[in-house]
Parts: sequence; structure tokens; C-alpha cells
Amino acid sequence: MSSEPKRKVKAKADPTTSPKPRPKPKIGVFKFASCDGCQLSLLDAEDELLSVVGAVDIAYFPEATRTMLKGPYDIGLVEGSITTHHDAERIQEVRRKCTTLITIGACATAGGIQALRNWKDVDEFIRVVYATPQFISTLKLSTPIAEHVPVDFELRGCPINKYQLIELITATLAGRKPNIPTYSVCMECKRKANVCIAVARGIACLGPVTQAGCGALCPSYDRGCYGCYGPMETPNTASLTSQFRILGQTDDQVSRAFRSFNAWAWQFRKASEECKRT
Amino acid sequence: MSGRGGRTITVDTLARVEGEGALYIKMAGDRVADVKLRIYEPPRLFEAFLRGRHFSEAPDITARICGICPIAYQMSAVHAIERALGIKIAPEVRLLRRLFYCGEWIESHALHVYMLHAPDFLGYQDVIEMAKDHRAVVEKALRLKKIGNWIVQLMGGREIHPISAAVGGFHKVPSKRQLRELVSDLEWALEASLETVRWTSTLQFPDFEQDYEFVALRHPEEYPFCEGRLVSNRGLDIDAAEYEDCFTEFHVKHSNALHSMVRGRGSYLVGPLARFNLNYDKLPEVARKAALDVGLKPPVKNLFRSIVVRAVELVFACSEALRIIAEYEPPEVPRVEAPNRTGVGQAITEAPRGILFHRYAIDDQGLIVTAKIVPPTSQNQKRIEDDLREYAAQLAAWPLEEATWKCEQAVRCYDPCISCATHFLKVVIERA
Repeated sequence: MSSEPKRKVKAKADPTTSPKPRPKPKIGVFKFASCDGCQLSLLDAEDELLSVVGAVDIAYFPEATRTMLKGPYDIGLVEGSITTHHDAERIQEVRRKCTTLITIGACATAGGIQALRNWKDVDEFIRVVYATPQFISTLKLSTPIAEHVPVDFELRGCPINKYQLIELITATLAGRKPNIPTYSVCMECKRKANVCIAVARGIACLGPVTQAGCGALCPSYDRGCYGCYGPMETPNTASLTSQFRILGQTDDQVSRAFRSFNAWAWQFRKASEECKRT
Repeated sequence: MSGRGGRTITVDTLARVEGEGALYIKMAGDRVADVKLRIYEPPRLFEAFLRGRHFSEAPDITARICGICPIAYQMSAVHAIERALGIKIAPEVRLLRRLFYCGEWIESHALHVYMLHAPDFLGYQDVIEMAKDHRAVVEKALRLKKIGNWIVQLMGGREIHPISAAVGGFHKVPSKRQLRELVSDLEWALEASLETVRWTSTLQFPDFEQDYEFVALRHPEEYPFCEGRLVSNRGLDIDAAEYEDCFTEFHVKHSNALHSMVRGRGSYLVGPLARFNLNYDKLPEVARKAALDVGLKPPVKNLFRSIVVRAVELVFACSEALRIIAEYEPPEVPRVEAPNRTGVGQAITEAPRGILFHRYAIDDQGLIVTAKIVPPTSQNQKRIEDDLREYAAQLAAWPLEEATWKCEQAVRCYDPCISCATHFLKVVIERA
């Protein structure tokens, strides 16, 4: 058990044979209820893809390869939310097989757009879509991965930012903290020297309460932020709600603004329920 | 396994498709007893939670059905809603939407041709393994894909779930100068696409022709994206509003995606093969010539040749993008006003994988009352099963492992997007 014998073994190694290369870290990509977009971000990293696959061993990634190696995996990337009994069991197994478990995207970190069912009667929803509802097996709630198993890092976004994903993988392999900011979209707007569309033009914008990561895309394209990256670290949703009301938004409109791709993230969820009540 | 020459072909997780499904084929001697394309991607119930949302949210919400073809969802949504509201878009916006779609076709077809499908023909597990022997080919594929993504990124801010599409037009449109910056890369992409046609035509194709009903949009002047009548090689010729009268959806126990049929007939095929066969005369000269040079003429009835047809569509998309950029003038306003108004509207557009139908009913507050979405893979599902019934019989004498791989390859010819149709492709062939 002590480290002594290992050192001895090293010292004894025959200097004439070349050192055995360290095995590459194994990565697995696992999918639950989602659109595939976040895992596609890996294939969309065209400039970096061949270097990334040179540095790691893609052991399980059905969207890209027929090769499916058994775990354990050093890093598991999990996309999608839990919406079925089968998936609720499968995520336990995935967690057991992964040393580091990273969730990618709004579905895996907040339940995704499909979490809109969480406020409704899911059986009614199924009857709307399917002629034979008894064939369909689904849970009442769409929930994020962290409600089921411990998660080592949650990467936000709908979709995620591919450069943040590469930074996260690199940092994890190097054993350092990833450089992924938790401040708001407003910071990104200021850096781009965007004129504030909320202040100057009265456009409802979720930027002040939404985590950065997209590069303040929507305000740069003349529209309000709609919250793809979920709540920032300490969002003042109450203040933003009153600001939206001053801009003439109805309670329903404010509630809908909070209820989109990160609707089930507790801060947005609370904000959406509060404006319905008052 | 053996017992009177029967067996089961099982692929537990069908790889290199978008989403998750399984395939199960049961053989009794040379005869195929049962084929099931099982789609157990959990249902996400979009049509239900769209109810009560404002129509302006539909392009962003429905984009999330599929990370591979979000633009298709945005385009079908905006066209259907514009029809419900009775809005006319500016001709410049119409052109920009075609350019936006060109970007998605280039990105999606380059991904499928080289990274998802070519490894089957060359005997590799994936593109990473293929890159070890064919690095230059893979690098070219990545650059081609990236150029498609650039168009999308420039117009929509990002490749996946772009943010600029809106009912009535775009939130913001690019300048002439911005678009002109794409020209030299697109010229390279056009050349690379022509090489792709030549390269894919040298692959080995199984001898497998079927009598398909091909269904695609047809427009009097152009190769179709967002407009035209829905036609088939068996006399179908309808407007999008008549779609639900002529096609029927049904629910089978083994799939979370609804199956689709032409009413009174049966399965049909949508996607590149259908578009090419029905619109060959509308292809630009450069694409038609590229096809002819490799001996590709309609009707192409061999499913496996769809990889060459996708390459021809790459040529089309690059040349169309160049044409649009050359004549582009920004519209006076990026989008026309979209007032809240009661109405019902349908639209069909050509996603990379085939036609995508949307219908919305909207109330006087602009809220969606009902929504219906029929994605291309759901429409191809029954046709995939019909093909495998024929194809697996041809493979009865093959070793199980190779037969299984061949069946997977056949499914991949459809470039199935199971996330769209609902997801996990798992192939099982049972020979009993």
C-alpha cells in the first residue's frame, strides 16, 4: 500500500527499453433527453477536433463512432435531462463508471425546455402528441442530472460554448480550476461596447440575470437576451421583474421570459412563479 | 443463432446517427420475419408545451428540437406563422433565408458525407480512425463543414441554435461587405464539393434498388428550400395546407416517433434522393454537370448512392450561396411587423434530411393554440423498415457481424435524426 515499492519498481526499470506511454484519458459522451446540439459542439470544433482526439481516447461517443468501449471513463460528458424511469437508472450507472462527471448544456444542468411539463399535467401533454398514450412511458418531471447524482462541473448554455468545453476538458485533465466566468451577460455587452438595448431602447432583456458565455449574442443582434446560459451567480430577478413591468410587460409575458430553456433552474423558476402570484 | 438457418441481427446502439435508436431484425431462414426500428429517445412533447407560448417564441423554441438542423425548424416555423398572420416578407429577406439554409446544408451534408457515412464505405469505425489513413480528406471535410458553419454564424450569431431568425424577417441582417468576406472561402468550398462528388462516386455501392415514392418540394424556378408545392413521382402535387389530408401519422408501440404514410398508399422517402430525382432540372449547371460526369442521373433508386447525391447538393449549396452573395442588397428593414392576429398557417421546408412540416393555430393575443410538427426522420421511419425487410433478406447468407454492419450502413443512408423524430439507434438482427 505504501509508495515505497512503486519507487523501487521504477528504479529497476530497464533503461534500454523505451518508457511505456501513459494511457490517454478515456472520455465517454452520454445522452439523455436533448437535441444533440451540445455534443455536436465537439464535432463543430473543426480546428481543434483532431488535436483533442489526439490527446484523449474517445471511448464512448455513439454520435461519432461505432467503437463503444466499456468504462471506467476518466471524464464523462453528460447531455440531456432525466425524463424516464429507465434514464433515472441509467444515470446512476454512468456516474459509477466516470471519475469526473461533467454535465453539458441547459437540459443536463436545468432540465431543458422539456421541463415546461413540470408545471403541467404530463398525461395531458402526452395525449396532445400521441394517439396511443399508453405506449409512452415518461416521468412527470424533466430534471437536471444533479438532482439524481453528484456532478463535478456543470457547463451551462443552450447550446454550450465549444471553447468553454475545450477549456473545461483541458483544465480537468491538467487538474486545475476551469476559467469559466459566472458573472452576467451585461459584462460581455460592456466589453463589446454595445449600447444597452434595455436602457436605450426599452427592449426587455434577461442579460442582467443571465450567466455570460455566449458573448452577449442577442443584444449584439438587436434583440433582448432570452437566457440560454441560465441564472448568473447572484441574480436579482425581483428587480428585473419590476423593470419588465415598467416596460409594459404583463405577468404572463414576464413569466414566459423566465420559463424557457432554463425554466427549472431554481432562481428562474422562483421568479416565474412569483410574478404569476402577484 | 443457427437452428434451421435462422438468426437475429441486433445492433444495441446504432452509432453515427443523430440521436438514439435501435434496430431489430428477425430472420427465419432467408425470409425476414420482423423488422423494428425502435426509437426510444424519450419524448420531449414540444407540440404540447408550444401551446400558450407567443408565436414570436416559436422559432427559438422549435430550433431546440434538433441541434443538427435548427435552421430547418426556424424556417418551417416562421413560414407557417407568417402564413397564419398573412405577412409578406421582403424579397431580400427571402434570399437571405435561402443563404441561411445553404449554410445549414453545407455543414450538415459535410458532416454526414465524411464523418458519419464515409467510414462505412471504407471500413472504419469512425472518422477519427479514418483520419489516421486519410488525414487530408478529413481536413478538407472539416474545412468544408466550417465554411457552412461560418455562413450560419455570420447570419445567426452561432452555429447551433442561431438567434437571428424572426417572424417577418431577421432581427439583424448582414451587410454586403460582411457577406463578401465569405466569397473566397465559398469558392474553395465549391471546388472541394466538386471533388467530393468525384470522390464519393468511386466508393463501392451494394446493388440495392427499390421502387420508392419520392416526396419533395418543387418550385418553378429553383432547387427547393422554403417554397414550392409538395410533389411525388406518383402524382402527388399539393400545397402545404393540404399536407394533413394526404399524409397520415400513426403510432406504433416500438417507437416514440410517429410513423407516416401517404394516405391510401404506403411508405415514402424524403431527403436528398427525393429532391434530386424530382428537381434535377432546377439544379444549377455546375451541379448538374458534376452529377452527369459521374454518371448520376434521375431517377436514382439505389439508396446507398445518396452519399453522392448529398455531394451534388453540396455543390448546389455552395454555388447558390455565391449567387446570393453576388446579388445581395440589404432589405430596407430587417423584418416587417408581425401583429397579433387569429389564424392558421402551414409550411413545409427542405431540412437537410427532407421535408419538415409545421402547422400553427394562433389566437388574437398572438398565443399558439395548437401546433403540429412532422420531422423528416419520422416520415422516413416506415421506409427504413421497408428497406431493411428487403435488404436483410439479401444478406441472409452473410456472417452475422458483417450483415449487422451493412444494415447499420443502410439506416445511415437516411442520415436519420432521431433527436428530431423524438433518439439511440440500436440494431438487432434475429435469425431464428
